[in-house]
Amino acid sequence: MTDSATREGPAGATYRGEALAIEFRHVTKRYPGQDAPAIDDLSLTVPPGETCCLVGPSGGGKTTAMKLVNRLIEPTSGDILIGGHSVLTYDVTTLRRDIGYVIQQVGLFPHMTIGANIGTIPRLLGWDKERIAERTGRLLDLVRLDRSYAKRYPAQLSGGQQQRIGLARALAADPPVMLMDEPFGALDPITRAEIQDEFLSLENEIRKTVIFVTHDIDEAIKMGDKIAVLRPGGKLAQYGSADELLGDPVDDFVADFVGADRGLKRLSLRSVGELADPGREAPPGAPSVVAGTSLRVGLSVLLAQGAEVLGVTKEGRPAGAVTLAEIREAAGS
Amino acid sequence: MNLPAQGPVIPDFGNTSGCKANETFCWDWFADHWDRFAAELVQHVWVSAIAIVIGLAIALPAALLAYRLPRFETPAVVFSTILYTVPVLGFFLLMIPVTGIGLLTIEIALVGYTLLLLFRNTVTGLRSVPPEVRAAALGMGLTPGQILVRITFPLALPAVMAGLRVVTVTTISLATLAAYIAPYGLGQSILFYIGNTFISGLISAGVLAILLALVADALIVGLTKLVTPWARARRGGA
Ligand SMILES: Nc1ncnc2c1ncn2[C@@H]1O[C@H](COP(=O)(O)OP(=O)(O)OP(=O)(O)O)[C@@H](O)[C@H]1O
Ligand SMILES: [Mg+2]
Repeated sequence: MTDSATREGPAGATYRGEALAIEFRHVTKRYPGQDAPAIDDLSLTVPPGETCCLVGPSGGGKTTAMKLVNRLIEPTSGDILIGGHSVLTYDVTTLRRDIGYVIQQVGLFPHMTIGANIGTIPRLLGWDKERIAERTGRLLDLVRLDRSYAKRYPAQLSGGQQQRIGLARALAADPPVMLMDEPFGALDPITRAEIQDEFLSLENEIRKTVIFVTHDIDEAIKMGDKIAVLRPGGKLAQYGSADELLGDPVDDFVADFVGADRGLKRLSLRSVGELADPGREAPPGAPSVVAGTSLRVGLSVLLAQGAEVLGVTKEGRPAGAVTLAEIREAAGS
Repeated sequence: MNLPAQGPVIPDFGNTSGCKANETFCWDWFADHWDRFAAELVQHVWVSAIAIVIGLAIALPAALLAYRLPRFETPAVVFSTILYTVPVLGFFLLMIPVTGIGLLTIEIALVGYTLLLLFRNTVTGLRSVPPEVRAAALGMGLTPGQILVRITFPLALPAVMAGLRVVTVTTISLATLAAYIAPYGLGQSILFYIGNTFISGLISAGVLAILLALVADALIVGLTKLVTPWARARRGGA
């Protein structure tokens, strides 16, 4: 690409379904009339195809950081690069059309059918009718709603269904980058878990670079390849995988934020199969679980039965054992 | 009063009918005079329609301006409220020295009465767009113009149509007074027959004006359903 004044969006001509990295370079945002910056010298890189969860206390600057990417907010200083190119050099409208955007309040257009909602950006991009209808149908499949929903209006959908449509609408033009601001925050716990699972499996198929804002650390652990913790004042406290954050929080703020039960949370990240020594045999009468069970569940089985050693089975055959001491060590920090 | 000539002073009871002066309503007479009433009815529709269309043409852009520049709203409301509260006959008389005896005076007065409702309803409608809808549209990459045309205005339509409905009925009824100024609409027959003991003429004109208002009202209700199919979905219908 050349360094012309305004570029094509990130999807441009070069984008063929491959994901692009998002890089914050010393970004500071100070709102007019405020002394303290909302974002303070933020530098971090989200590798292509990964999901970065932004977490932190209310007012910590999560939404601000996200809106800097699609230029709903302009940085005071610093730069943000998508696929190596500064967002400031793109035409704003083109940039936004190449970035999927999902918000907690969904914001479906009440006067448009679900089909028209999903097809909004493709229509503006000049796709023909058949292509849009085809795409709408496939997206409804992807978010597990019957294709007949295309003819309904948003008011005729439940909250969870509306959020699914919000997701489908953001994915419509196959953007390389997705921004999601507490997308599942307004849903009840069951629906929420369901949509989280669907989004995770859907991500495997579509491989987008995602910035996912949440104030729920458990959601961040579940959804994020990496987690960025912002402290009040918009400073990056720590950036790393869930295991790094839980196992090795850099300071008390992060330790507090990830929770006093971080050891247990860390155990949820790994299965007994990973830890089991295949050579060891469980003593007779020891409890046993299948290899895919999380260490956390394994621990609770051991505690419930008052045992020290947990047998592990794979496809019905013994596959080693884990000790209580080993689990304690895996939880440790 | 500055009444223009209204045709023969002695009422025309028709050639063929045996209608009596004290009869409640004489169909034969009405049939004989249908041509006259039809002509007035058509005029009435035009006089009203012109006022409503001009009213829309002024109120919609003004509302858009007030929506974009809130400081414009108060003067606009004050101005249209004054127009709305002046008694219509007084309005006519005030305007005659300026615009003369004719259709122009009638239309200016009628348009004056449409502005307040159309303006206020449109501003309310434009403001009723949920902020998250606007935020989503902007974040997705719609330009401000596209947001106005594709999102804000369609969502304001129910309020605009509700205002239009009231304004239409009001204008049709006010237009019956236009005949005080110049010979237009069903008001001519109302004025002409009002002092008469033979009341079929008055009834005919009055009932036609009412029917016209009812039909116009029904048309606008139908039109509203047509242009806002989603509003029914919101109320829990099909
Ligand atoms: N448009 C604005 N003008 C001025 N200050 C703002 C604006 N938006 C946000 N702020 C301030 O910037 C800081 C960060 O806000 P931001 O919305 O990014 O926080 P957040 O982490 O998303 O919080 P939450 O979890 O409550 O959504 C806050 O102190 C907020 O008051
Ligand atoms: Mg926020």
